[in-house]
Amino acid sequence: MEWIVAFLIFFPLLAAIAILIVGEAQAKGFALAASLIELIVSLYCVFLFQHNADLQFGIDVPWVTSIGLHFFVGIDGISLPLILLTTLLIPFIILSSWANNYHRSTSFYALVLTMQMALVGVFAARDGLLFYLFWEAALIPVYFICLIWGGENRAHITFKFFVYTLAGSLFMLVALIYLYLHTPNAHSFAMNDLYEAGRSLSATEQTWIFWMLFIAFAIKMPVFPFHTWQPDTYTVAPTQGTMLLSAIMLKMGIFGLIRWLIPIVPLAFAEWGITAVLLSVTGIIYASCIALVQKDFKRLIAYSSIAHVGLISGGVLTMSNNGIQGAMVQMLSHGIIVFALFYIIDLIEKRTKTRSLSELSGIRNVAPVLTTTFVIVMLGSVALPLTSGFVGEFLLISSLFKYQMIIGSVAGVTIILGAVYMLVAFQKAMSGEVNEKTSSFADLTTMEKLTLYPAVLLILVIGIYPALLLDISQAAVTQLVNSLQDLTALTK
Amino acid sequence: MNALIIIAGLGVLSLVAEIANFKKLLPSLVYAGLLVAVLILLMESDVTEGRYNNMVVFDSMAVGFTALLIVITLLWFWMAGSYFQSRVHTDRTALILFALVGGIMMTSFNNMSMLFLGIETLSISLYVLAGSRKELSSTEAAFKYLLMGSFATGVLLFGITLIYGATGELQIDRIATVMAESEMPSFFYVGVLMMLAGMLFKISAVPFHFWAPDVYSGAPTSVTAFMATVIKIAAISAFVRLFGTTFVNAIGHGVILVITVLTLIVPNITAVYQSNVKRMLAYSSIGQVGFILLLFLSNPSGSTHEIFYYLSAYAVASLTTFNVVLMMETPASGGSALENFNGLYKRNPLLANVMSVALLSLAGIPPLPGFFAKYFVFIKALEAGQIGLVMVAVLASIVGVYYYFRVIIAMYFKEPGAGMVEIPLQSKIYLAVSGLLLFALALFPDWVISIVD
Repeated sequence: MEWIVAFLIFFPLLAAIAILIVGEAQAKGFALAASLIELIVSLYCVFLFQHNADLQFGIDVPWVTSIGLHFFVGIDGISLPLILLTTLLIPFIILSSWANNYHRSTSFYALVLTMQMALVGVFAARDGLLFYLFWEAALIPVYFICLIWGGENRAHITFKFFVYTLAGSLFMLVALIYLYLHTPNAHSFAMNDLYEAGRSLSATEQTWIFWMLFIAFAIKMPVFPFHTWQPDTYTVAPTQGTMLLSAIMLKMGIFGLIRWLIPIVPLAFAEWGITAVLLSVTGIIYASCIALVQKDFKRLIAYSSIAHVGLISGGVLTMSNNGIQGAMVQMLSHGIIVFALFYIIDLIEKRTKTRSLSELSGIRNVAPVLTTTFVIVMLGSVALPLTSGFVGEFLLISSLFKYQMIIGSVAGVTIILGAVYMLVAFQKAMSGEVNEKTSSFADLTTMEKLTLYPAVLLILVIGIYPALLLDISQAAVTQLVNSLQDLTALTK
Repeated sequence: MNALIIIAGLGVLSLVAEIANFKKLLPSLVYAGLLVAVLILLMESDVTEGRYNNMVVFDSMAVGFTALLIVITLLWFWMAGSYFQSRVHTDRTALILFALVGGIMMTSFNNMSMLFLGIETLSISLYVLAGSRKELSSTEAAFKYLLMGSFATGVLLFGITLIYGATGELQIDRIATVMAESEMPSFFYVGVLMMLAGMLFKISAVPFHFWAPDVYSGAPTSVTAFMATVIKIAAISAFVRLFGTTFVNAIGHGVILVITVLTLIVPNITAVYQSNVKRMLAYSSIGQVGFILLLFLSNPSGSTHEIFYYLSAYAVASLTTFNVVLMMETPASGGSALENFNGLYKRNPLLANVMSVALLSLAGIPPLPGFFAKYFVFIKALEAGQIGLVMVAVLASIVGVYYYFRVIIAMYFKEPGAGMVEIPLQSKIYLAVSGLLLFALALFPDWVISIVD
């Protein structure tokens, strides 16, 4: 069954090329069909997946032997949920653009599918350089999506985003090459070889590697203080671009922490981990406070995303079972929730021509279905029990508590602050009396329901029965955490 | 070796084309001749002994670089077809072919007089070509190039004389033997330094680069494309052959280090301030030399493969960008100023897309060949422990991204100022092929490198 990973990676690319041929009229439907096929295959992959810590469906083909680059991909418990997140959301992201008539839609959907190829590749890669290639390949399509179809002042903002992330990844490249040169004789980029190479380095070297990798991942997520590109970019990007960035792409950074940072430099981690945790937790409070005073709905969600991702990265950096398991669930849950939120904001903006919370009022009176949907998504976002948000945030905060009481309690504030800014937004936009902007507000159409309901359903299903997800990653996470604990125990 | 003769013969043939009245046949003859030359070259690639009293050596490095030179010239002929259509100008074909002959001599010389001959054959052809547009800027470029070029060649020749005086030899392999056997007088080192200065001028490394931006932007775009690719490849391979083997220990590591850092920083920063794409590309092509120098510095005798790959990736991408500039120089599309690229995506998507691919490759963004080229630079430099230089190179790449993306942003984001850009079918095919070629270079780096093995 090895072909299944290769299929998941290359099918979207082939579909993207095919779209360029089929033409404008069919582009939308074709892209949707392709992404649905991809989803079905990935579900089949989940079905075939054995719940253990081993690498499954592995393919290892030499690509460029002179530089040790292998096309080495495979799936394990840590990558599968993220691949599933990607294949699950892309069809809905395409569906969310159903009512839009983009100029040159063939290019748009081709870029979305190319992006999917790169994202699946990032999560499936077991070779350091291949990971880097996919990592960068994911940047180009989303940059063009934002540049061509984005909003006002987009050239400047998306360029800042591009340079920021590129600078981060160049440091990552240098770190990866440094590790590669420290692998045994016939150098290799294979994940396990890089792990060994990293662990054999001295504490000082590990510290350098740690920061070079951490900055690359921190910019992508983004963690405070590397977040300055994010609010502007999320705001100015077209809705689908924002969804790709926030729902899937930022998970690349967290995934990078779990797979390509912590296991490589455990020594540096023991020393500097706390600094990184502090940065993450600072980001939570900082972003939540800024979110409180936002007037633009989309910008509010952008800041809330910084807060949520800060909590996830903090939890991962505790290097505990709860932290990483919580991150696995929360990555999926945050992806679904933030997709739904940005979609609802897009619907509101299309109907009222504004995103400003002060100009909106009383949508509840005219659009009850939309309001109910929004309430469920919002409750997921503020981590109410029985929603998916609760499972993840609970595990994450509990891991931070175990790590350090004070840090844990500070991080816990995120739930309160999150509830405050989301409820304030709800009150302003949904309740009250209708005004001239919202009086003719139409409720959800069938197409919009089709896009939103599955997300709502998933938020509830994961909230009620999280074991569905936790079981997939449990074995791999336990193995990872145990191996790290052995290492740190040895060094002490 | 036979390739050299075939191409020289082609040059003579195109000179008589005018008289013997087969001008119309000439382009096909040139294509066929170059193709045959490259095939013969690759078939006899196992010949390693010297020819003509050991004056030229077609070792694997020379074969690889010669093949690259011929292939790029072929692509160039395809791209620059219009340059020959304007009027009579069969002599232009001959000049290009003679320049190529000079370039091949520069990659395969074993005797410093051959090097000198090669440089002169190549340069004199180009002095004429640079001035071939009857405009003030073109004449100025040709004159500047002639003055500076002859000066540099003079310095180089002086260096050769001093070395000959010290060793009694012109053959570089025998000079190496003499150097190993006896102590060298101090004027020998002066000679090596003078040769270094002359060669640095030819590869346009900072601070010997001042002629390049003016000449590149003044010369007709087709000729600029030829200078930025074929001549750069020839000059760098001569540089590597000289200083990577015989004189590897005679030049100070510090000198090259300073020049590398300067070449990484100065042109990349200057490029940011250019408002003309052609001039920006001129600075970018100097900046790329910085990365090649870094490769050379990390391992002077052992990075031929990487330099070869770097140059292949650079040449194909660079030729493509110059081709787009050439397409923009019609009256309808306005010229090579940056504002004329505004909204190119709406005016001609193919042009904009291929230009983006080429620029992204020059910027070193994966999965394009420019990335693998930069990757080789980083890995070689890290192997040599040059962490500081790698950081400089990383910063230079980021600055590079900045100015390449100014063009991309203009093409995709700015509102179109002028009308649609029409390009002939031949150019459309060329653009598509060069785009595919870039992806192929990225997919099969091993194959590219095996040419110099």
